[in-house]
Amino acid sequence: MIEVRNLSKNFGEKQVLKDFSFRFEQGKPNLIIGESGTGKSVLLKCMVGLLELDAGEVLYDGVDFLRMNFKEKKHIRREIGMLFQGGALFDSMTVEENVVFPLSLFTDKSEAEKKDRANSCLQRVNLVNINKLYPSEISGGMKKRVAIARAISMEPKYLFCDEPNSGLDPKTSILIDELINDLTHELNITTVVITHDMNSVLEIGDNIAFLYKGEKCWEGNKTEILHTDNKTLNDFVYATKFLKNFKDKLGK
Amino acid sequence: MRVFYHIGRYFLLLNRVFSKPEKGVIYRNRFFEEVNSLGIGSLGIVAIISVFMGAVITIQAAFGFESPWIPLYAVGLATRDSIVLEFSPAIVSLILAGKVGSSIAGEIGTMRVTEQIDAMEIMGVNSAAYLILPKILAFMFILPFLIILSMFLAMIGGLIFGVFTNAVTPHQFLYGIQYDFRPYNVLYALIKVIVFAFIITSVASYHGYYTKGGALEVGRSSTKAVVYSSIVLLFFDLLLTQLLLA
Repeated sequence: MIEVRNLSKNFGEKQVLKDFSFRFEQGKPNLIIGESGTGKSVLLKCMVGLLELDAGEVLYDGVDFLRMNFKEKKHIRREIGMLFQGGALFDSMTVEENVVFPLSLFTDKSEAEKKDRANSCLQRVNLVNINKLYPSEISGGMKKRVAIARAISMEPKYLFCDEPNSGLDPKTSILIDELINDLTHELNITTVVITHDMNSVLEIGDNIAFLYKGEKCWEGNKTEILHTDNKTLNDFVYATKFLKNFKDKLGK
Repeated sequence: MRVFYHIGRYFLLLNRVFSKPEKGVIYRNRFFEEVNSLGIGSLGIVAIISVFMGAVITIQAAFGFESPWIPLYAVGLATRDSIVLEFSPAIVSLILAGKVGSSIAGEIGTMRVTEQIDAMEIMGVNSAAYLILPKILAFMFILPFLIILSMFLAMIGGLIFGVFTNAVTPHQFLYGIQYDFRPYNVLYALIKVIVFAFIITSVASYHGYYTKGGALEVGRSSTKAVVYSSIVLLFFDLLLTQLLLA
């Protein structure tokens, strides 16, 4: 479980995150939703230590990440898997080498064991026969799945996903959502997903925080989100014609 | 005052670069990859430039020494000293600062803007050491060999074109390049080259590592890497010449 308490982050004069608090529960996909530019990615980067906080605490299973020494932070980072918006696969390495990379650096596994682990992770994300291809030779959806395979190769306790279905077609988006959801339950990990895609919210939103102008203005789950009377959230949720029509029909 | 900010950040980066590696064997493999990419990949340009510059230096020396009082073997001697003392170590290094420096800054800068470096950091990898240390060590190792090759090829170029243009005879040229040869000059050149290799790779890596933005900024970083590494290289050329030869 990860708990964020009173987190604030400024860039110069601009306050991007204001007093944000939330509990990210283990074994559930935890979603941070909100419009573009509300500070979702900044929140994620603060949580994993890529950005320094101005105030607040980030507790990994009760231990404050910011108070950890260098060694403890390094240890925690090895328990973190992260899926970046663009995949962030290493261009100079093949798909297999990408998945093997953390295993080579942090484990004493033999070459054969590493390959086996890479293959099982790639199979888990439904990718076969692409081991020798480079990231530039595969599609966007495949890149995301390879990134997930790399993220789970070290058997992480925490999985962070920054807009996992941005730039993907609806069918592939659903596949990625299902994959994240299944892995979260299978591995019993704490998953944090940043998204503004309502399909994802309705698909895997077991625990949701809605971020607006850097502040948390609502929290709940995918069932509650459709029946909230929070105006800002309603504007966000029913922004698409499809959901608006759906709501109107429900109302009638 | 911005310059002090960059100098400070450069040394902080070096501190991370030279911290204990996660796994020696991975770094050893990366070292050989970089020797191949930075060193062997530069063989062609070094060879072409050296042959032609050697030829030009010989022809210019012959043109300048058109006097009955100066023996013709002085052409070989002047060519040798120009090549060993300055052309091969400094000019070839400057050209490589353009080729290798822009390639390093572009590679690391692209990794930065596409979040590949962030991905490494999240995994707990010291990205600065993983990406930069093998480049610095590999180039410091391979550049002296490239420069020795450059010296050899420049003299071959000088001999061929000097003879071809009737500027000098083969016997006089070969006598000239052996006349009063001081091995210390080669040592001086190699010491300079090792320092230059460090400057080129570390300055270029610094600019790549702290790239912010997108493709445009990666291009800017590459340009800055070449400009600043060339300036620092020339400054150290002067400093080392004063220290080692004066």
